[in-house]
Amino acid sequence: MLEVAQLHAHYGRAHILHGLSFHVGEGEVVCLLGRNGAGKSTSLKAVMGLLRPSTGRVRFRGQELAGKPPHAIARSGLGYVPEERRIFAELTVLENLEVGRRPAAPGLRPWTVERLFELFPSLAALRHRPGGRMSGGEQQMLTIARTLMGNPSLLLLDEPSEGLAPVVVERIAATLQALKAEGLSILLSEQNLAFAGAVADRAYILETGHIRHEGPMREIMADTGLRARYLSV
Amino acid sequence: MEALALQALNGLASASSLFLVSAGLTIIFGVSRIVNFAHGSFYMLGAYLAWTLTSQGPLAEWGGFWGFWGAVLLAALAVGVIGAAAEVLVLRRVYQAPELFQLLATFALVLVVQDLALLLWGAEDKFGPRAPLLRGAVEILGLRFPRYELFMIVVGPVVLGLLWLLLHRTRFGILLRAATQDREMVAALGVDQRRLFTGVFFLGAALAGLAGALQLPREAVTLHMDMAIIVEAFVVVVVGGLGSLPGAFLAALLIGELHAFGILAFPRITLVLVFLVMAAVLVLRPYGLLGRRPSGLQPAAPMAAPLPPPSGRRQRVLVTLPAAVVLLLLPPFLGDYARILLTDFAVFILFAASLHFIMGPGGMASFGHAAYFGAGAYAAALLTRHMGAPMEVGLALAPFAAGLVGLLFGWLCVRFSGVYAAMLTLALAQIAWSIAFQWVEVTGGDNGILGVWPSDWARDRLSFWYLALLLCSLGTWLLRRAIRAPFGLALRAQRDSPLRAEAVGLDGFRLRWLGFALAAAMAGLAGAVFAYGKGSVFPSFLGIPRSVDALVMVLLGGVQTLSGPILGAVAYIGLQDQLARVTDLWRLLLGLVILALVLFFPRGLAGAIARPEPRA
Repeated sequence: MLEVAQLHAHYGRAHILHGLSFHVGEGEVVCLLGRNGAGKSTSLKAVMGLLRPSTGRVRFRGQELAGKPPHAIARSGLGYVPEERRIFAELTVLENLEVGRRPAAPGLRPWTVERLFELFPSLAALRHRPGGRMSGGEQQMLTIARTLMGNPSLLLLDEPSEGLAPVVVERIAATLQALKAEGLSILLSEQNLAFAGAVADRAYILETGHIRHEGPMREIMADTGLRARYLSV
Repeated sequence: MEALALQALNGLASASSLFLVSAGLTIIFGVSRIVNFAHGSFYMLGAYLAWTLTSQGPLAEWGGFWGFWGAVLLAALAVGVIGAAAEVLVLRRVYQAPELFQLLATFALVLVVQDLALLLWGAEDKFGPRAPLLRGAVEILGLRFPRYELFMIVVGPVVLGLLWLLLHRTRFGILLRAATQDREMVAALGVDQRRLFTGVFFLGAALAGLAGALQLPREAVTLHMDMAIIVEAFVVVVVGGLGSLPGAFLAALLIGELHAFGILAFPRITLVLVFLVMAAVLVLRPYGLLGRRPSGLQPAAPMAAPLPPPSGRRQRVLVTLPAAVVLLLLPPFLGDYARILLTDFAVFILFAASLHFIMGPGGMASFGHAAYFGAGAYAAALLTRHMGAPMEVGLALAPFAAGLVGLLFGWLCVRFSGVYAAMLTLALAQIAWSIAFQWVEVTGGDNGILGVWPSDWARDRLSFWYLALLLCSLGTWLLRRAIRAPFGLALRAQRDSPLRAEAVGLDGFRLRWLGFALAAAMAGLAGAVFAYGKGSVFPSFLGIPRSVDALVMVLLGGVQTLSGPILGAVAYIGLQDQLARVTDLWRLLLGLVILALVLFFPRGLAGAIARPEPRA
């Protein structure tokens, strides 16, 4: 579904991504693992067009995305959930969702505000609350819900568990499993191995902008040597 | 008592009109982060178009209710389309540029529109019809008050209400508010920003056009409407908080009433009063009454590369010596016209170098540098006129006078950056301008001060040229010396990394403040030389166009090069001289030149000569 080949990206003169290649299959949940500064977030931003890739290919369902503006990439079916959440603080929950609304591709069951409130019951009570006056966990749910309003077929999630209480992390993991069961493909970046293990089928381990390892999530969870080398702090 | 109440109503009526213009300005800024100088031009175009529609063509023949109101609405829509076109053709290309480039690009539009309006409508004032159904006056508290003014009072709140509905009850409005907070995120959610931006310019320009068209029954349509309203609208949006609609409404009321009562209490200093209020608000609430700390603003100038090391003595001699020989030995063989032009070059090189010092090494923005040029010129002229001081005294004291003004204004300005600094310097320069313009007893007002002649020994053009060459070279050399000195190093350090500079013990505020004052003093010297060269001073010495001259010179030359201001001043003054000789439409051409500069040579002449533009 998504095929990234030889992706290079720079921030100014700093070379961040050194020729990454990875792919996500239909209905698959794939995780980019790695420590801070490994290039996880940058990879997602480059796929989404928020950072223009220097060279490399980003193919989504046969369509070349590299070099396109973010809104065109979003319209082709990718949904991006940023690490900083980037809720529109002065807009209410309903208004935040409205910004994300886009028509669904034919044949898909479209996301509606009501369906999202079923998925995230705690948001339903806050529908008129400005985004800036919500807790971190509520904001994380809102940012996922907002992106789902665009009816993406591939969800890019940047460190969804960061800075959240364990209870909330569990709830988000359950939500992602529910989305996966609906057939949504997901590419996420994570440092939280337990969280990644709970949702991902497959993972890539990144270090300083290179891919060091690829394999099923189950195997990575079991390989203590690998974890010690690339993931533990 | 009744008179006061009526005056309050008058204030409300002008507040409405001011709010319409400011609302568009603040909405455009909120989404695009562009401070649109051309907004006053949209207002003026609205007035002219409404005049045309009510005086000729089918609507005029139709006449009556729909003839008038149809013309007003059509004019507003037409201006909206013009605004959208300006966005697509010009502004879309400068969103990533530093703020001063954006301001310059929109100022270029002001120049272009001014000459186009002159071509289309001529120089004489136009008087519109009175509004159907709203002729005559009603009696309030025993005094007669025009119906149309009452209508205007209602228009402001009604438009505020409609805008509120638009922003909160429509998808377009919700997207606008979202984009005001985080443009990139809106794009990542699949919204095409280009359409949003074009839409917001349509909306903002249409509001300005509506305000202009509604002025038709109130005042004559003139070619000066644009600058008069834009400066006030700037004050309103800055006082209200950039990007805040309710803030703009509040500030429009404040400024409208301030005008209305200021005329009664201090008829001489109404303009000063307005700008004083703005300065006070900014000191107490730096981001305006209802504004928030802005996010995602561009730096004032592009990130600076380190300066190249000073050239060797040999190289310096090789460049300086031939130049000095030409400048010293050639003028005796030239006519007076060439000598005057050379003197102008010298003056404006120093003027540009002083602004460059603020913008380049200082990393600050100034949109009101003419204030210090004018302060020097007026100091010299006032000494001559009121104390009979000779030229030598005037030239010696002018830099100190301008430096003092620089210390005073700089103390306020250097705490802000980017667009706020630009607005504040502009407002302070307008205070200086209004003092020169309104304090007729001392400054002569619009008539200026005449008879500011050099001493006898410097009266002929050749001697004066040598004097100007000496003083301006000295000033320019001093500024270049300061950039290389420890003071300049510290100044550049705080520009590049304010926190690290503070951490090694540099007082950033003090450095910027002193740098600002030094640059002001040198601009004052340039102004004094200019005053003696012309034999007179006028308020225009302090006007916005003069500040823009300096900016264009610096940006034309390139902000981050030492030779930039010299190249820029010579190119700009030379160009202006040539344009003024061959055409009356020099503003139009100048505007197009500035647009070309902003769009194609963002690093200036010196930058473009040194290295070809890198591909963005």
